[in-house]
Amino acid sequence: MLFMLRYFFSSRADILKRPVFTFSKDTITTLVLQAFVIGIIFYAAHGLLSNTQANLEARNIASGFGFLSLESGMPISNSLLPYSPADSYGYAFFIGTLNTLYVAFLGIILSTILGIVVGVARVSKNWLIAKLAEIYVEILRNVPLLLTLFFTYTIVLAALPIPRKSLIPFDGIFLNNRGIYFPRPIPESGFLIVCLAVLAGIIVAVMVQRYATRLHQDTGRVIPGFSLGIAAIIALPSLAWFLTGGPISWEHAVLKGFNFKGGLVIRPEFSALMTGLVLYTAAFIGENVRSGIQSVAIGQINSSKALGLPPSLTMRKVVLPQALRVIIPATTNDYTSLVKNSSLAVAIGYPDMVSIGGTIIGQNDQAIEVIALWMAVYMTINLAISVCMNWLNAKVQLIGR
Amino acid sequence: MEKPVKKEVETLIFQPSPDQPAPLVSVGVIGWLKENLFSSTTNSLLTIVALLILWESIPPLVSWAIIDATWSFEPNPCSPEVSGACWTFVFVKFRVLMLGLYPEQFLWRPVTAFAILMVVCLVTVLRLFRPRILIGLWFFCPLPIFFLVNGGFTLETVSQNLWGGLMLSTGLAGIGIILSIPLGIVLALGRRSKLPIVKSLCVAIIECIRGVPLITILFMASVMLPIFLPQGVDINNLLRVQIGIVLFSSAYIAEVVRGGLQAVPPGQIEAAQSLGLKRWTVTCFVILPQALRHVIPSLIGRCVALFKDTSLVIIVGLLDFLGMIKASAQDPEWLGYDAEAYVFCALIYWLICFSMSQYGKSIERRNQW
Repeated sequence: MLFMLRYFFSSRADILKRPVFTFSKDTITTLVLQAFVIGIIFYAAHGLLSNTQANLEARNIASGFGFLSLESGMPISNSLLPYSPADSYGYAFFIGTLNTLYVAFLGIILSTILGIVVGVARVSKNWLIAKLAEIYVEILRNVPLLLTLFFTYTIVLAALPIPRKSLIPFDGIFLNNRGIYFPRPIPESGFLIVCLAVLAGIIVAVMVQRYATRLHQDTGRVIPGFSLGIAAIIALPSLAWFLTGGPISWEHAVLKGFNFKGGLVIRPEFSALMTGLVLYTAAFIGENVRSGIQSVAIGQINSSKALGLPPSLTMRKVVLPQALRVIIPATTNDYTSLVKNSSLAVAIGYPDMVSIGGTIIGQNDQAIEVIALWMAVYMTINLAISVCMNWLNAKVQLIGR
Repeated sequence: MEKPVKKEVETLIFQPSPDQPAPLVSVGVIGWLKENLFSSTTNSLLTIVALLILWESIPPLVSWAIIDATWSFEPNPCSPEVSGACWTFVFVKFRVLMLGLYPEQFLWRPVTAFAILMVVCLVTVLRLFRPRILIGLWFFCPLPIFFLVNGGFTLETVSQNLWGGLMLSTGLAGIGIILSIPLGIVLALGRRSKLPIVKSLCVAIIECIRGVPLITILFMASVMLPIFLPQGVDINNLLRVQIGIVLFSSAYIAEVVRGGLQAVPPGQIEAAQSLGLKRWTVTCFVILPQALRHVIPSLIGRCVALFKDTSLVIIVGLLDFLGMIKASAQDPEWLGYDAEAYVFCALIYWLICFSMSQYGKSIERRNQW
């Protein structure tokens, strides 16, 4: 039997070796394998499609994106743009997407700042500071983010008083369990001039910086370009502010009945989500920063000291550029996971994209479409982050000769 | 006349006096303090601020958690006058937190399963067998554990709706990692394949899964999987979620394995080919063993991440450890013990994840397997 099999296969191999075939044996195996894979894909896709159609018909679920224009009827507690339950599902989903983007944007900025502080603290010469940072990192990294979110949410809510007994840290700012209330700035005529002055300040700062760089490269003279730029950014708008006579009025939050009306408000869901996300991600970014700084060879630091560079210049010109090469690729991953982790907002009731999409699925069962939308949005955000960070990474990488 | 000159030369030789002891401020406790805490003005300020913060935060925490806490095992809520933590809550809820609603008369079964798991962990940490046997042990041990917990054959079956608590978290993560390692290896090999269709398929699967949050995958598994399956085929929510977790984890493991594959020097492959080994033999016995040896620490990192991520199943309605913690904190008879519940939960998660990552670090340090 075994002999017969062997004979069969060897004869087949002999046939394949005949010059009738112009392909090599390898090419044929390759083609057959790929055809096989295509076959499996098509078979699976066909099976999935027919199953899906049958199931959707049996459950009476419509398909297609038509539902996006229907009236949603759901309230959304936190929205950046005006929204009412009479708006469509599509608009509600858009509001959720904006919230996700908002959380991701703020989260990335805040966690980068905290992460750098933590990372620098971990390599600090001060034993106590380094130990504290290490404890922080080890605790936050080894506990699920969802638990951190529940914890911050419960603690934030439990620690804050009811609106009537609001804490007032500064005049016009109220802290209670419905949120943090700030006065809302209302632009008046002339505000546009201040905005333009800010823009002009930034342009002047960039030009001064460029001039300083060129002057330094050409003549070796150093002028404080950075400080001058900052001064321009501050001075020009302040001048415009005083010339136009302060074109902003403030709308204060006022206690009416059991709750505050008016003003800007940060809801506890949002504060808890931000706190949890930032604390969690900063622990990871801190580790990246630490490993980046430690990856710089000690000889580099010693030789820059030997050249007489002051510590701040050593940090800026020697350590940081080399550390960034290690830090940026790892941090790109942490940024994308921060965006993905922001979907945990659904667990504490902040209306991000996943939370609103989940409500839509609950109301009209069109899960496939909503999940496709989610995937599309998340992939787009992550792709955008990757593109930006890769660009940044390409700028700091060593250019080989 | 020679002698006195020689004597004079001898007396002129410089005799160093014995070393003076180091100044008191640079050795011992004081020296350590000066170098590590007060080396400059900024450092001194930082140290003082940190000490002040610790002084403000640690004593109240210790008195809340230990000194003023109630440690009674009696199943009554603590008196409201006690300011400390009420650990009675945790003691009373302990069985629910660990096992969910698992029937009390079958308690010995999960306990035995836990013992089996502990023995396997211990054997692995102490390296009592060769690595190959250990890997076999890990892939084999879910079978008896599942049989014990689920029942079947001679044991009475326990409905999977009753599973919960830490047992469910561990099970989801454990089965997830054990099934996703082979799947991840296949995806990683496919991604490096020379066949364009296989390669693009694997890249598409990996990048699609890595591009979206676990929550959407869990939603998809629990809502969309029944729509994809033929009519009449029904699988329970737990299995659906498990499938989602395996898919999610395998995409990440594929990337980890790919890193290992790239680290295998090409000379190894060329040498194997020049020995006349077949392509599959090269992959299985030359490339993969070396690649996997490289990535064991990162694989353990993935285990930690997956164990933390299983806490998300609460969103699709499974009561894992965190879910049980939340449900217990909302028990109307035991209201107001959220802090105790969450602190206990964090402690358990931390112990498990921290010991796993320390184990990974120890492997990395020894750099051997």
